[in-house]
Amino acid sequence: MSLLEIRDLRVEYTTSRGTVAAVQDFSLDIAPGESFGLVGESGCGKSTLILAIMGYMGRNGAVTKGEILFEGRNLVRAGREELRRIRGARMAIVYQEPATALNPSMTIGQQLIEVPMAHGEATAADARLRAVRVLADVHLPDPDSVMRRYPHQLSGGQKQRVVIAMALLANPALLLLDEPTTGLDVTVEAAVLDLLNELRAKYGTALFYISHNLGVIAQVCERIGVMYAGKLVEEASAEALFALPRHPYTRGLLASLPRPGADKRTAPLVPIPGVVPAAGRAPPTCGFLSRCAHGERGKCDASVVPLLRAAPAHVVRCVRWAELPAMPPAAPPALANAPTDVGATVMEAHDLTRVFSVGRRKLIANDHLTLAAQRGRVLAIVGESGSGKSTFAKVLAGLDAASSGSLVVLGEDVARRPVRRRAAKLVAAVQMVFQQPEGTLNPSHPVGWPLARSLRKFGIARDRRTVDAKVAALLEMVRLPASLRHALPRQLSGGQKQRIAIARAFAGNPELLIADEPVSALDVSVRAAVINLLLRIQQESRTTLVFISHDLGLVRYLADDVVVMYLGQVMEAGPVAALFDPPYHPYTEALLSAAPVPDPTVKTTRIRLEGEIPSPLNVPQGCRFATRCPRKLGRVCDDTPPPLREATADHIIHCHIPIEDLRAVPPVFARAVATAH
Amino acid sequence: MSAVSNEPVSALEVAGRPSPNLLRRLPDSKVAMFGLGLVLIWVIPALLAPVLPLKPPDAQDYLAMAHPGSSASHWLGVDPLGRDMLSRIVWGARTVLAVAPVAVLAAYVVGAAMGLLAGYYGGWVDAAISRASDVILSFPVIVLYVILIANIGPSVANIIVAVVAASAPGISRIVRGLVMSLMHQEFVAAAYLRRESDVFVMLVELLPNCRGPLITDFCLRLGYTTITIGTLGFLGLGLPPPNPDWGGMIKQATSMITVFPHMALYPTIALVSLILGFNLLADGLTELSQAD
Repeated sequence: MSLLEIRDLRVEYTTSRGTVAAVQDFSLDIAPGESFGLVGESGCGKSTLILAIMGYMGRNGAVTKGEILFEGRNLVRAGREELRRIRGARMAIVYQEPATALNPSMTIGQQLIEVPMAHGEATAADARLRAVRVLADVHLPDPDSVMRRYPHQLSGGQKQRVVIAMALLANPALLLLDEPTTGLDVTVEAAVLDLLNELRAKYGTALFYISHNLGVIAQVCERIGVMYAGKLVEEASAEALFALPRHPYTRGLLASLPRPGADKRTAPLVPIPGVVPAAGRAPPTCGFLSRCAHGERGKCDASVVPLLRAAPAHVVRCVRWAELPAMPPAAPPALANAPTDVGATVMEAHDLTRVFSVGRRKLIANDHLTLAAQRGRVLAIVGESGSGKSTFAKVLAGLDAASSGSLVVLGEDVARRPVRRRAAKLVAAVQMVFQQPEGTLNPSHPVGWPLARSLRKFGIARDRRTVDAKVAALLEMVRLPASLRHALPRQLSGGQKQRIAIARAFAGNPELLIADEPVSALDVSVRAAVINLLLRIQQESRTTLVFISHDLGLVRYLADDVVVMYLGQVMEAGPVAALFDPPYHPYTEALLSAAPVPDPTVKTTRIRLEGEIPSPLNVPQGCRFATRCPRKLGRVCDDTPPPLREATADHIIHCHIPIEDLRAVPPVFARAVATAH
Repeated sequence: MSAVSNEPVSALEVAGRPSPNLLRRLPDSKVAMFGLGLVLIWVIPALLAPVLPLKPPDAQDYLAMAHPGSSASHWLGVDPLGRDMLSRIVWGARTVLAVAPVAVLAAYVVGAAMGLLAGYYGGWVDAAISRASDVILSFPVIVLYVILIANIGPSVANIIVAVVAASAPGISRIVRGLVMSLMHQEFVAAAYLRRESDVFVMLVELLPNCRGPLITDFCLRLGYTTITIGTLGFLGLGLPPPNPDWGGMIKQATSMITVFPHMALYPTIALVSLILGFNLLADGLTELSQAD
């Protein structure tokens, strides 16, 4: 018997413009102890589904059809009291944002003890014992002291462990997880995912895991459902789904992700055209038709497409599923066949340091950074949050000034020269694309305005007609219609806004473009298109690109050179090919091992870092990474800054471990590399 | 063609979203429309006062003083000096509706400038402006008005000065807060990367994005200022006689309130309805901006 059974569910919202079906025709079974993953982009109805299961629909939402059976009881018909008994006891939820899931004015202990007591299952002393035990289960060091602490005294990863502990306290049969690791660093994410797998094995709790990240789902789930425009479009075992995706949307999602071992020259990303339709706006027949490369009028839009059985335990909502394997997706042309040659040095930082004063203490964001970028190449800077990547980007762009050291850009030292003190030509030559599509454009001005303004300020065009023509050309360059220049930012999708941001950065014909996580806030299917666009323009204009990212898969795909940063210092630097095979810096090795891979057949070595990145207010004396290093040698790492070791002339590693020993480390992607070649 | 070219960018696919312009969406809110109606009840006669067949507001009708209540020649009766109440209320509306918006606008220019500077530059500029504002805000408003007007004398210009002094710190606080949160937005950094000047960033990049909360606050302040002008008139610090002034009319009638209640009642109704109109308009605007 299944634990959770959803039959033919339809969830509707009442809005000022009529009712909108956010979830429709949705059926699902989860067996006891099973781990089920539901993938889909934002706006596909995943969160609505969770709300419907928990009975948390707001005043304007309601289940209008179907049933949700949990342990045989229909939750749709259940009364408030019955729901209250089930929630928290038999079924628990972990949300995306651990910071808001905990009450800031109560200790962790008080909040944990409350759970079994609220359900009348335990006395205070008994509840306390259980709380300490479950904190130990989620691997929080010293559970007794954690019990006494307040949420603000814990890090993000620790808070999420507490939230998971809280959810597990009542030993629920089903744990709902709504993007529980989004917003955590990769190393912390990997540890939380390990924890979930371990707890499932120990307690036999069924997991219902919702995420937009196929890599994360691949690590945790046995069975995967893909949701699009409010409907389940495909469901299969994890192996079957990744090996032979049947629905064009699933195929598109996988093709838009960099595969392990692939790069921009061998296997370019294939974007899915268009964007997810707004809730209720998709056609009733096939919601994906407008974006589908294999859609056929008359066939796909003839009638409502049901879930069809493609194989035992593999269902797909596509009338053409049987013909699809013979129709390979149209691959875009590879970017360039020859690797970008090493050109002149465009940017060179030497001992660049940025120190902030926090009260009387010093926050060292960048500590004697030494790195360089060559003309026409893509330099990726990777590291967890707090590693100082963005501070460096700001100093380079001129939005901040360094405390000491030199930063030579196009022959001028700009370390202590923010934009106001740079010549107009230099400002035009160093431009930036920001992370948040929401904040990157001024909501009060039409999107053509910043483009025109940049053209005028950089002296590219002066009179109105030239400016208009150039704005149109810039929009054409980023593949947006010229009519869009009069639209306001709120009328654009996230991907379109990032395109405008790219056009703005290229208005002054920059020599050096800084992109600070430009696609991390975008939906998966839109990411590939923006990345392809950025790389194409970069290559055509021979611009140097400094690409800041925490996504190693993406970095491997697009970078020519990589710098790995940790706590304001360079740990390792070298050409991209050298970085993903031994010798690695132990930190690079841990990052690679933690990166979620969207392929369950790829086995990575399991290296997990203890704790989280230390505060830059209080950096370790010797090697910055010594406090978390799994390969720490001993005292020398704590006391002495590591020497610079050269693996090859252009591949450097800052580590006490001799290069020969690092070379002997087994590769992280043992099988991935083997299958890729 | 490159692979990205096939992304169909149906321009303005999402154009169905509500317009960001609050004033254009005013008809969506019943509360706002009711408030606007109340305000227009006074704005229209005030504008038309010179062409309406009204008696001159200062003309005394000694015969009517015997029976100051409503009559065929004086619909709302006459005041203690025999002047036509209807005419004085309509002409009084003209005064309030001219002085209040001008005073609030002036307060906005000063307050927005203070808030922009404080929020944008931070540091000692912020400290200086904020502390000065705190000093002014620590006075009970009415005491502040009395002190100011008693010292500089009652006149239209001085009432405006007093309103600016009393309101600018509050406006400054709102603008400062908005600017400080907007400063972290990436479009501001993008403006620096175009080498825009501080003044440009403040006036063109930041200020337009403050308008939502400011429009609401503007309507509220119009209401407060109407109260202020009424109160000053009532305290004898309003416009010097013989200008028709609602607050002054109420004060003049208080001594006879038990005998001829209409002399105080009609200007009070006028004052209350106008203030209510401004407040409901502000409520409706808040409702509209929260509906997003």
